[in-house]
Amino acid sequence: MSDLIPDPTAPLTPSGNLRRRQIVSRITEGGATAAAVIALAALVVVLWTVIARGAPAISFDFLFKGYPQGVGPMLLGTIAISIYATLIAMPIGVLVALYISEYSGAKGARTLKLILDLLNGLPSIILGLFAFIFIVAAQEKQTAFAGAVALAIIELPLIARGSQEVLQLVPKHLREASDALGVARWRAVLTVVLPTAIGGIVTSTVLAVARAAGETAPLILTTSNFDPKSFSVNPFEALPNVPTWIYKVSEEGSDAGYAEAWGMALVLVFIILVTSLGARALLARSKRKLSSS
Amino acid sequence: MSVTVSPAAHGGARVSPLRKRADQFGDRAMLGICLLAALIAGAAIFLVGYQIVDGARPAIAKFGFAFVYETTWQPNFGEFGAGVLLFGTAVTSAFALLLGGPIAIAIGLFLTLLAPKSVGAVIGPLVELLAAIPSVILGFWGLVVLAPFVQEHVEPFLHDNFGFIPIFGEPQTTGLSVFTASLILTIMVVPIIASISRDLFQSVPRDLQDGAAALGATRWEVVRGIVLPTTSSGVIAACILGLGRALGEAIAVSQVVGAGSEISSNLFDTGSTLAAQIALQFPGALTEMHKAALFYCGVILLVIGLIANFLAGWIGRRFSYSGAVNW
Repeated sequence: MSDLIPDPTAPLTPSGNLRRRQIVSRITEGGATAAAVIALAALVVVLWTVIARGAPAISFDFLFKGYPQGVGPMLLGTIAISIYATLIAMPIGVLVALYISEYSGAKGARTLKLILDLLNGLPSIILGLFAFIFIVAAQEKQTAFAGAVALAIIELPLIARGSQEVLQLVPKHLREASDALGVARWRAVLTVVLPTAIGGIVTSTVLAVARAAGETAPLILTTSNFDPKSFSVNPFEALPNVPTWIYKVSEEGSDAGYAEAWGMALVLVFIILVTSLGARALLARSKRKLSSS
Repeated sequence: MSVTVSPAAHGGARVSPLRKRADQFGDRAMLGICLLAALIAGAAIFLVGYQIVDGARPAIAKFGFAFVYETTWQPNFGEFGAGVLLFGTAVTSAFALLLGGPIAIAIGLFLTLLAPKSVGAVIGPLVELLAAIPSVILGFWGLVVLAPFVQEHVEPFLHDNFGFIPIFGEPQTTGLSVFTASLILTIMVVPIIASISRDLFQSVPRDLQDGAAALGATRWEVVRGIVLPTTSSGVIAACILGLGRALGEAIAVSQVVGAGSEISSNLFDTGSTLAAQIALQFPGALTEMHKAALFYCGVILLVIGLIANFLAGWIGRRFSYSGAVNW
């Protein structure tokens, strides 16, 4: 009889099966936390190595002088190629986004989104092969333009999907108000919808550029035989650029080259992380603002 | 008090015929330009596919389908087969997915169910930052830092303790191996799968989870009984997307895989993958057939990648709980 009545003074700890279930639960919770810690550790270790080994190389000369004192031409070239790629990708990307959000029906939107996802899924080396045979082989010389086209294809789906998500957040009542006032569709798009969404569109573009700026695979096939001394932004010749130089140096394996490569890696990572973190924060803010209004 | 504004004062309540014509034209032009952009995007994918196949044509004509499983790759003799590369691609990506998938899903669970909101808001973006590190830098880090570490510590440890499993064979001298390449790929796929699964887990209805908890389910039982079953198709789709990423990574893999040319069951041997082979050999390819063979590798890669993408999309749509997949 006394077995059936629990001892009221005993501490409330689970026993038996419940205890086992709680232990299992604890273990899995610990595992999930450990997984997050592992990923963070990987990030910290990589970034720490880049900072610790790259920082000694950084100096004014390193950033702004030509090779071999510095890597100015590579930095300039990377900026130039990124700009050319964006000049190609941004107009097309934003217009595709406009088409999806303003003109295509649900079916067209699905097809286009599928196409954008497929483009996004293309391995970058494939785009390098494409730019090689389509432009480099046809002209029989490497050009920054060919690299920019490949990077533009990488940026296009990112810009289009990002812009389209922002455009979808533009409040319906703005469009309806324009219609009620008898404003033509195209005027409404240009003067109401686009200006409302422009912040999000620009930040999506910046994110896409940050992604493309570090791409190496397309560039080693299209603009890798360059003169590391020449400061040039001419799109119709092979331009020096950071990713292919790091790649080349890592293939050669000399200590002096490694120091240089770490320096460039630091600059590249710094630019990419700062712009993508900043753009992410801005994008989240402008999306919040749009959906609350 | 009524204000009367004369229509003429602001251009007329009645639209002038000229303006009407301009608007009609503007509407058409706007639609036309947008449609053109959409067509360009659609054409791009076909153009890329066509050009890659076109570049591979000499190799396709010479080797036919046997190229896919032949294992000789001798540029000097004009003999090419992608068997070794296909094997390397399969092994590295499968390994990366086996290791990275569970970690990434666990991170997704941690971010949605365990972490306090403020902690999750910091850690989530940090994990995604991992995806923002350029592959060439990750590969360079793998070459200079990870490979020696793996060669000195990880490979001997695995060989000594689990050497009875053939995949943990004799370590090589450099640390450049299929194993190291797989680790780098793991780092690349984790942020992709983690961020998609986090979004998926967030979409699981709160009521279901609370209901299970009210019935006495522990946290793990809620995950196993509610969260994972409702999102399983999306999680699988996310894993396939991660796999697609791992399959196509050229640069980082080519830096750490060691450019081997043989099939080996030992993960610590060197190897190569389809994508890495293109990055390694294309710039120095002298003969047209060599280039065509590398294009053929590109064709295989393209086909596998497209299948993975379609499969991920199809699974995501077909079996999703509430259209929860959004990527």
